[in-house]
Amino acid sequence: MSTTFAVEPQEFQPAVGFRTQVPEARPVIELDHIHKTYTMGDVEVHALRGVSLTIREGEFVAIMGASGSGKSTTMNIIGCLDRPTRGTYILDGEDVSQMSKDERADIRCQKIGFVFQGFNLLSRTSALENVELPMLYLGVDAATRHQRAIEALAAVGLSGREQNHPNQLSGGQQQRVAVARSLVNNPALILADEPTGNLDSRTSVEVMEIFQRLNRERGITLVLVTHEPDIAEYADRVVVFKDGKIKSDRPVEHRRNAAEELKNLPIIEDDDDEDEE
Amino acid sequence: MNLLMIIRVAFRALVRNKMRAALTMLGIIIGVAAVIAMVSIGQGASASVQAQIESIGTNLLFVSAGAQNVGGVRSGTGDTGTNTLTVDDLDAIKREVPSVSMVTPNVNARSQLVAGNMNWNTGVTGVSEQYPEIRKWPVATGSFFTDADVRTAARVIVIGQTLADNLYPGADPIGQDIRVMNLPFRIVGVMARKGQDPQGRDQDDVAFAPYTTVQKKILGRDRVQIAFVSAISQDATYTAQSQITDLLRQRHKLTASEPNDFTVRNMTDVAEAANETSKTMTILLACIAGVSLLVGGIGIMNIMLVSVTERTREIGIRMAIGARSSAVRSQFLIESIVLSLTGGAIGIILGVVLSLVIPAFLGWPTLVSMMAIIGSVLFSAAVGIFFGYYPARKAASLDPIEALRYE
Repeated sequence: MSTTFAVEPQEFQPAVGFRTQVPEARPVIELDHIHKTYTMGDVEVHALRGVSLTIREGEFVAIMGASGSGKSTTMNIIGCLDRPTRGTYILDGEDVSQMSKDERADIRCQKIGFVFQGFNLLSRTSALENVELPMLYLGVDAATRHQRAIEALAAVGLSGREQNHPNQLSGGQQQRVAVARSLVNNPALILADEPTGNLDSRTSVEVMEIFQRLNRERGITLVLVTHEPDIAEYADRVVVFKDGKIKSDRPVEHRRNAAEELKNLPIIEDDDDEDEE
Repeated sequence: MNLLMIIRVAFRALVRNKMRAALTMLGIIIGVAAVIAMVSIGQGASASVQAQIESIGTNLLFVSAGAQNVGGVRSGTGDTGTNTLTVDDLDAIKREVPSVSMVTPNVNARSQLVAGNMNWNTGVTGVSEQYPEIRKWPVATGSFFTDADVRTAARVIVIGQTLADNLYPGADPIGQDIRVMNLPFRIVGVMARKGQDPQGRDQDDVAFAPYTTVQKKILGRDRVQIAFVSAISQDATYTAQSQITDLLRQRHKLTASEPNDFTVRNMTDVAEAANETSKTMTILLACIAGVSLLVGGIGIMNIMLVSVTERTREIGIRMAIGARSSAVRSQFLIESIVLSLTGGAIGIILGVVLSLVIPAFLGWPTLVSMMAIIGSVLFSAAVGIFFGYYPARKAASLDPIEALRYE
């Protein structure tokens, strides 16, 4: 399990917009006729009504939809936080649709990295310890944990901030700690739930730049849930949900390149000291 | 995820909230300290009672004339009006009971003692030459009277320290003459200082003369009220007690239906009764202190429940990134055990310090008991597990989706 996070930016940089999906790539997520029904009192709420979706390795998929469209439920099922009522879900070749609570916890630990809207870092805990946390539950020894956490923080441009607590970091920096935490166990999939929802537009672009870079350089599969159409355009494929079903599933025609945009954005005095990395 | 890591996680979580952790521990600290201090006081009292009894001599038996109940009339033992115990009886005990090593009568005569121009009222006790050995009470200066003095009813006397201080201030009383009932007695020895008995009586305000002398020359009667008998060992006291009883019944020609006209008491029984009393007191004190420990435990549960609610989001994060329910449960359980054990450790220190300080301030003897310390440690660990389990289970049963949404 020794993975290096040494990132050499701008070494090989094809125009992201022209990237073509390799159809033969291995599927990471296979949702097959997923139904999810909640019972609220006497009322049955059909949150998902037969969702089938395949996401292949190296894809960067944005999931969109209004609230109540089923995108959050899909997100929870993809993230193994919840189980479908019906249908099968194969994650990275393993059927996880009927797994127990503990089995799903192990799957989350090994295969999924989470990034949330509200950052969800442990308060009064250093950035380094926050990043070490998933490895703790995987049973990685202390020295390796430390080493990999430092590398992951470096990969998101937070070298030197290891000992800072979340309240000593800006929103953008906190989200980058969360990204570092999500990738530290070398997951098959990173799941980002409204990752830019609490960030200003420049910081949002910065976070998207990290996502695009991880996707491009390491081939990490990314699923991004957002309700902002312009954020969805950083992905290479957009899936739109409506009323518990997939309404549309199409590639992004004019994909935005966060790295290019950052060069043109005026530098606002915030937390941009790590862009020159 | 191994135990060591869970312990480290729990420690970090506690360190993050030092003030709360300290206040939570306070309940356990006070509880454990109270248990240890209370048990120490109880054990101290017990030990001092035990020491006093041992100073009298544990293989000691009392034989006294009369019984507590004769023909429905209750009389105190050693009643002067009861003439049922004789010197011959005592000689027979000494001669015929193998488990008895020494016997001394104890005949009392209250009288005025005059030395020169000083005088003092005290009890002159007639005893045999074996008295110092039986009572484990040595002579400080001079010597005790001898077997020959007893046989010849010599007018010799051994006085207690109080008499020596009052009748011969600053002088050596040995060899001096002292008048008892106008008869001159020669002082041959001074007893060692014994101090006060548990009831606060001065045990040094005494004088000892051969019992033959006291009977013939002071009292003019040959009956014995009380005798002290020494068994060959502490274990032999019960044997001695029954053998003496059998012998005296036979000598007094009592039929099977007649009750004893004498009483034989065993110091071991007295010691055990006293021991039982102080044991009861210790248990009572420990129980009262135990209640505060229980209250401390409930305090831990309370704080842990608050903590689980307050840290719902943290639990959600941990679960989302891959913590199993069992890891979350262990974390909270260990937090509560760490709280109670740390509190227990501080409580032990405080309790031991209290136990050492109490004698200086309150004058009560204390004895720090290893049992109380071990018991407190086990109890506080049990409190941690017992009162931590419910909050921990509550934390582990949270749904990560709900927990993450919790504000």
